Formats: sequence, C-alpha cells, structure tokens
Amino acid sequence: MRVNFTVNGRPQEADDVWEGESLLYVLRERLGLPGSKNACEQGECGSCTVRLDGVPVCSCLVAAGQVEGREVVTVEGLAEYAQQRSRGTGACGTSLDEARWWSAQGTDSGTGEGTELAPVQQAFIDAGAVQCGFCTPGLLVAADEMLERNPNPTDADIREALSGNLCRCTGYEKIMDAVRLAAARQGEAV
Amino acid sequence: MDFLRPASWEEALAAKAEHPTAVPIAGGTDVMVEINFDHRRPEYLLDLTRVGDLYEWEVGEDSVRLGASVPYTRIMENLRAELPGLALASHTVASPQIRNRGGVGGNLGTASPAGDAHPALLAAGAEVEAESVRGSRRIPIDAFYTGVKRNALAADELIRAVHINKADGPQQFSKVGTRNAMVIAVCAFGLALHPGTRTVRTGIGSAAPTPVRATVAEEFLGAALDEGGFWDSGRIIPPSVARQFAELCSAACNPIDDVRGTAGYRRHAVGVMARRTLMWTWESYRGTDRATEGAA
Repeated sequence: MRVNFTVNGRPQEADDVWEGESLLYVLRERLGLPGSKNACEQGECGSCTVRLDGVPVCSCLVAAGQVEGREVVTVEGLAEYAQQRSRGTGACGTSLDEARWWSAQGTDSGTGEGTELAPVQQAFIDAGAVQCGFCTPGLLVAADEMLERNPNPTDADIREALSGNLCRCTGYEKIMDAVRLAAARQGEAV
Repeated sequence: MDFLRPASWEEALAAKAEHPTAVPIAGGTDVMVEINFDHRRPEYLLDLTRVGDLYEWEVGEDSVRLGASVPYTRIMENLRAELPGLALASHTVASPQIRNRGGVGGNLGTASPAGDAHPALLAAGAEVEAESVRGSRRIPIDAFYTGVKRNALAADELIRAVHINKADGPQQFSKVGTRNAMVIAVCAFGLALHPGTRTVRTGIGSAAPTPVRATVAEEFLGAALDEGGFWDSGRIIPPSVARQFAELCSAACNPIDDVRGTAGYRRHAVGVMARRTLMWTWESYRGTDRATEGAA
C-alpha cells in the first residue's frame, strides 16, 4: 500500500509498504531517515521515539497505515522544529522557497553535521551525555518534548519523562545533567 | 495482509462483520509487538485511529463513559477525580510513549491477566459497551474476562467504550514490579471503598488466569466495617481485621510460577498490597470524614 504523510515538515510518500510494517521501518528503510533507532521493536527501549502529531510515541509500535495524513517529527528534524518553536511561528516545516533553495551541503541526513543543533542536542554534547549514541535520538525527542511542555522540570519530572528510554552506557547521570542544562539555558534565553 | 481504514464507527462495525478475523488496532502497543516478532500474521488489520468518537469521554451523573481509545495519558490528566483508581493504574502503564498511545479498550481486548486497567475497573465497577452490526450490549466487567487472554466479545463485536462508576470514596492501586517504568505487573491490586453502599470492592491482576475480585475478602471486610460501626465512627481498622482481609485476598489468587515471579511470592505480595491499600484508603476516608465533621 501507499502511505502519504508529513515528515519534518515535508510531504512524503512511501510506496509498496507492507500492511504490517511499522512507522519506524518506513522512516529508516524507505525514507532514508536512520536517526530513529531500531532496538527492541516492542516499545521497551524508546530509541525509536518520534513525535506523531506532536505526541511522543514509539515509532516501532505505530503501523505505517496509521500515519496516513499525519505529521511526524524525527530527530533529523528536531533542530528545525526547535528553531521554529523559539521563533514562535508555530508552523512546522519548510517554506516552498526555502525548500527550492535547499541543497545538501556536504552533510548527510544521518549525521546532521554542519547544521545548527537544537538546544537540547547541544546540551547533550556539552554535558557529555552521549556515549555509544544509540539511545540518544530517542532521548533527544523525548527530552525536547518535555522541555516544551514543562520549562522548569524537577529531577522527578525529567526522570519520568525519560522513563521510557533505556541507556546502557551512561548510568543516566550525564543525561540528567544535559536536560537540566538545556532547561537552564532555555530559562536564560527567555 | 489487508489494512482496513474505517473512517467512522459504522464503517468499523461493517468491516468487522465482513471480516470477523480482523484484528482491531488502535494504540498498537500489543498488536504491533506481536507483528514485529512474527507471533501473529492477521489476515486483516482494522485501524480504529480514525474513529474520533473512541477518543472521547463523557462524565455523567454516576459514571464516566470512557471511549475505548482514550490514551492513558488523558485519563491521568483529566479523570483523576472521577476515576482515581484507574488514573493511578494508568500512571503505572509502561512509559510516557506507551501511555500516549494505549488505552483501556486495548487492555480489555487483549484481556491479559497482567493488564494494568483491570484491577481498577473491577474495584470501581464497570460495564463494557460492545457493539456489532447486530446491536449494542453492555457486558458487566465481572463477566467480561473468560480465560487467559480471552474475553466475552463475539467475533463481530468491537469495544466502543467502558462505563466506569464514578468514585464515591477513596480508591487505590498497587503494583509489584522490578522498577517503576516499563514493568509488566508481577501482580497488582486495586481497592475501592464505596461508603454510599458501605461496601468494598477489589481487583487482582496477574495472580490468576484472569483478572479477579476477592469476593470473600470483600464480604468479610464489608461485614466487619458495618458491624463495628466503622463507617460512622471512622475509627482505625484493627490489625486483626486488616490481617484477615489480606489473607482472604491472598486466598483469592490462583497464580502460577513464571519468569516474573513464583506463585508463592504472588500470593504473599497480593496480601501485602491488600493490607497497604486498605490502610491508605481508610486513612483518606477518615481524613475526609473528620474534615466534614470539623466543618459542621
């Protein structure tokens, strides 16, 4: 079957999608967006977390057909999403003109190198919250959404918001530091 | 496999009538796991996420009509006053990502003895609104669970909503697991005090082939509270009564040994949870009782 939906503000069309396929598979294998990671395939680890119509979900548990006509934001679009939020435009996506002038500038969608990062991404780097990096995309999407909802989170708020994301390297302390840092910077910027 | 996408409830019922083997999918938190792991290859997937009605709830005089697909997150945020037991249980479901998708309809459809909503539904008192092209019916929650992962639905029926009695007294929910998040209950316990009828209701999860009530324990405690005049006096429940209630709750279990825990541990833990939730709810009942007396 064919599935039409919006990813990171851009309309996408996936063809020959198997009816039992997950959104995660479509993103990674059909749309070339490998940022969302595939680990447990049962909603336990959170490494495939994306936003579906604004809500954080495990993309491995969303059937591809269920996203028809809906909006998805992945870690690849997080920087742009955060930027637009801070500008307060409310609109998610790229204008037609911007899209026309867009070109790959010696980077690839897998690394996002050379592009400006979302504040939460920068905070993860600055706090040393990334080790092997496999859980990071899911944590970034979940943390960013919590900071959008709750600009002054307590440690308990952060732990709860990230309770669906497993990390096997860091012991979570640096991740906590990173989210606290992102929250503090967000507070300063206002 | 075929992916059916009804745009309305009527279309969904028609599709289910035409394809009784179709597997309904809403949050996907059970169904997609089975598909991802190749445990299930349904001929038809019946996507219910386009049926908006299923995501709504109505607070009535005596009960809440909860749409089958209302996510746990919404229950926690919006129905804590009316359905405190279910709101607590909802908060223990997996993780934020899962709570954003999963709902009570899926819990009932799967009918796993470990489903977190069941003890709260049993304790509060509820009816499942099931519908097919043949008509609509209300199944009492006590008659809904018929076996391990089996329920009273006919092949052409879908769950439209759950009617849950509004709390008329304190409710509690307790769950045993290895950590707070992402835990399938080793066992779980729900308790609701009903001062209006001077009764107590319970719900036990993961400690029998189906979710069950501890009816003997309920009757014992109801009689003890009534005969001792506790509902009026608000006195502390004697330890001997609490102990016997706990023992009778343990006795209502019919657990198995599995990877999550032994039968013996489950029986013991259900007793502990029964005693604790009784203390918590009774303390809160006495608190509200005394506050009213003081104000009067």
